[in-house]
Amino acid sequence: MKLKGIFSTVIAIAFGLLVLAGYLFGVNASGTPSLLGQLEAFILNVAVILAGFAVLVGIINLLIVHSGKIRQKQKGAFYSAILVITLFVTFLLGLLAHYNFPVVRSLFSGVFLSIQLPIETSLMALLVVTLIYASIRLLRRQLNLLSIIFLITAFLILVGTAPWPFLGDVPILSNLRGWIAQFPAGAGARGILLGVGLGTLTTGLRILFGSDRPYGGRNG
Amino acid sequence: MTDFLLGLIGFGVIFLSAVLMGVFTALRRKSPPAFREIPAFTRLRQAIGRVVEDGTRLHVSLGRGALITPQSASAMAGLTLLRRLAELTSAGDQPPIATSGDAALAILSQDTLKTASHASAQGVYDPAAGRLTGLTPFSYAAGALPAIRDEKISANVLMGNFGVEAALLAEAAERENTFTLAASDNLAAQAVLYASVQEPLIGEELYAAGAYMDAGPLHTASLRVQDILRWLIIVVILVGVLIQFLRAVGIL
Repeated sequence: MKLKGIFSTVIAIAFGLLVLAGYLFGVNASGTPSLLGQLEAFILNVAVILAGFAVLVGIINLLIVHSGKIRQKQKGAFYSAILVITLFVTFLLGLLAHYNFPVVRSLFSGVFLSIQLPIETSLMALLVVTLIYASIRLLRRQLNLLSIIFLITAFLILVGTAPWPFLGDVPILSNLRGWIAQFPAGAGARGILLGVGLGTLTTGLRILFGSDRPYGGRNG
Repeated sequence: MTDFLLGLIGFGVIFLSAVLMGVFTALRRKSPPAFREIPAFTRLRQAIGRVVEDGTRLHVSLGRGALITPQSASAMAGLTLLRRLAELTSAGDQPPIATSGDAALAILSQDTLKTASHASAQGVYDPAAGRLTGLTPFSYAAGALPAIRDEKISANVLMGNFGVEAALLAEAAERENTFTLAASDNLAAQAVLYASVQEPLIGEELYAAGAYMDAGPLHTASLRVQDILRWLIIVVILVGVLIQFLRAVGIL
């Protein structure tokens, strides 16, 4: 490992250990915040500031990728051009809105309320169709007991949640939905979440050991 | 129970896990472990072979698990897999591309691809291969869709923190008739992916990817530690149920 790699690994492990110690022993036995807790809060605040700068770097990356597409006249270059133009326009509006231009401020919030919000809502609506289609395909792809149970459960939850036309709430269905959500689905979800928790723990330990180094250097 | 006592218990669990991981890493060198077969990983290896032979590309989507949130662990598991996959496809013509919905994660994916490219025969690194595609769930998905559709992708790996928007990515991959392996730490996303992906991974299988793709001895050791901790949790739950039962019948 190069000197740079050793340096970044040592820093990552040291700060990881400090944050972990602060998380575990951030409060004294008397209930007051300990030095480790204060240190953890400070490090996390610095991390939040760095994450803010990372957004700026990420946006520059987005710009480079789409500018490259436009320059090389790749497929979808037209959409990339729209993205780049809207990025600059929104950036400019955001800057001007910061300096209290009332018209620009309403225009800036209008960009989100009239363009971004409806588009994201439309994508959510599209998701419903996508999921119905995926459910039909599921039986074609793997016709087994688990898939059938999955679809029946999804159907029962759906009919138990939404009110029926002319009938309103059907008590048997809503009770059945409650039972499924509370017992079989709840138990399964807790089992999965315990597994995810254990996976999170060991992943964190591998990073503290310096085995997984996403910040450069070979993994080992 | 006070916060301090909870901290002590947490420290005990972490310390025990760390010791066990060290022990199993040392023992692994004597006897290689045997894991249950997960067909998704076998098919992933086959898909990687096809990527190298066809001269097509591999796309790894890392989700939007911000590094200062608990969801970062799934993103880290995704980065480890990205690193391993980049090494495995290094003999191919095209380096893999990585998309993410968090800026810091995008920077880490670039770093991961850069390091993997140094280890490859060509040593070529494309800075545009690690991309931020959007900062909100749906803008991230919308930004990743063109990558799946237009960039000669033959295998997609969705590994990290996704919400239900993962269905849009899975649908796009299905339309392109490409191999798709997907895993998320989010319960809703797992349900959605189960319905819409060829090879879904459920629960902790996400964190097993490194061990199954030979990412290192600590990965296999962590799987064994997870198994031991799972049994400990089962014992604790059963003892808890027994104590409650004995209290209910008036014996305790």
